[in-house]
Amino acid sequence: MAVTDTLNRSARAIPVWVIYILGILPLAYIIFATFAGAMGMDPVKTIEHELGQYAIIFFILTLTITPIRQLAGVNLIRFRRSLGHLTFFYVFLHLLVWLGLDMQLQWGQMWTDILKRPYITIGMVGFVLLLPVMATSNDTSIRRLGAASWRKVQKLVYPAIFLGALHYVMVQKVWEAESMIYMGIVLVLLVYRLRSLKLGALLKKNRSA
Amino acid sequence: MAKRYTSNLTWNDVTPESVYLNRRNFLAGGAGAIAAGSIAGPAAATQYSTDETPNTWEEITQYNNFYEFGTDKTDPAKYAGALTTSPWSIEIGGLVDKPGTYDFKDIMSEMTIEERIYRLRCVEAWSMVIPWNGFELADLLNMAGVKEEAKFVSFETLYRPEEMWGQKKHYLVWPYTEGLRLDEAMHPLTIMATGLYGKDMPNQNGAPIRLVVPWKYGFKSIKSIVKITLLEEEPLTSWNVTNSDEYGFYANVNPLVDHPRWSQATERRIGGGIFAKRIPTKMFNGYGDEVADMYKGMDLAKYY
Repeated sequence: MAVTDTLNRSARAIPVWVIYILGILPLAYIIFATFAGAMGMDPVKTIEHELGQYAIIFFILTLTITPIRQLAGVNLIRFRRSLGHLTFFYVFLHLLVWLGLDMQLQWGQMWTDILKRPYITIGMVGFVLLLPVMATSNDTSIRRLGAASWRKVQKLVYPAIFLGALHYVMVQKVWEAESMIYMGIVLVLLVYRLRSLKLGALLKKNRSA
Repeated sequence: MAKRYTSNLTWNDVTPESVYLNRRNFLAGGAGAIAAGSIAGPAAATQYSTDETPNTWEEITQYNNFYEFGTDKTDPAKYAGALTTSPWSIEIGGLVDKPGTYDFKDIMSEMTIEERIYRLRCVEAWSMVIPWNGFELADLLNMAGVKEEAKFVSFETLYRPEEMWGQKKHYLVWPYTEGLRLDEAMHPLTIMATGLYGKDMPNQNGAPIRLVVPWKYGFKSIKSIVKITLLEEEPLTSWNVTNSDEYGFYANVNPLVDHPRWSQATERRIGGGIFAKRIPTKMFNGYGDEVADMYKGMDLAKYY
């Protein structure tokens, strides 16, 4: 338990803004590499894919905070909100690059893409689900909504991360290991959450009985 | 220097004298090329070439779809070095008069290499302009003698997993196969390309010999060909077998036929930088005047 205590103590010593600074580094790297001409022959696609990949990485990190506390006793909960904000930040940039650099605001073509290309439809639904989550990701909203309904809104992250991972798998023309690994991690996290939710409900029922 | 000898001749115009000149030209180029380790030979521009600015050597050789070497665009440039392309031969069979194994060097000595600057449109909605060197597929098929019953041509890529690591994965069924209707195969725009920019075909682009069908999506232009078969029935093609909803047998470039994955209305020309404008995709990739007649009366949404 000494290790856990040390980890928890050092986590408490790290200010939250450090997470934001670290989280911006991938973007800084993408911008730097773009201007250095290091993004390959089709930089727009590379930028788009890298942003999407960081979005799913931050999303996964956000959702591992709770299991880490429950399974290992390491409490990083004060970093969860910043990781969530970074997730939304990269999802949003990913979408902006698609809108601006890739599709170049050709609204007609984009609209048909959203309706007709399943992987784009799914990605878009995932993004829309994140909007209320992001909008209420602050203390004021917790107070205004009350903890119970606030928590309900935040639960949209579960369908959203699943749709995000599915979007990634479907973008590929063939079944590819990388996107499948992300999907695998997401599924493990989701199953874990579902089981602990059920377990929690069961315990509550037993106590009240 | 590549254009010091230019000609608008097609195979049908060939006269004994120009055969002689071409041969001399080929030998002269060959002599220089032997020093450079090349057999691609010199190239002459023809009326089939576009005057659009070609993509750079780097763009054409560092951004490839060649799943035998991995699915990332940069994988072929990284891994195709493992491929041995000499010796190389093509087995021509099926409904032909002279079936057999044709050595690549023998084929090259029979063919007139010319330059064809073609647009290449990928089904993924990006495009390039590529200065190929090669000869018309019709010349090769005529060399083997096409029998009257033949209606289709099928092509096969080399299967050699020890050199092509992607073939150890199962995302596609190997070997890669493609096919054309006979009239498409005999069309003067359809070439067997053996070089780029006057140099031998780089491995990642389908060395030593590949198909180029400029009015069809890039996946039809099968690379590193070892087998050509003339058939009566429409052959199976790799992407169609893998995902028939997305990839048809014809795969003609068509901005009006929707694809479940990419809108085909516009395309991004590689090499324009991050603010390059999308350009509208043209019917038959802009080769409609030459090829549209072959598809008269066909429902192109059904035969996609």
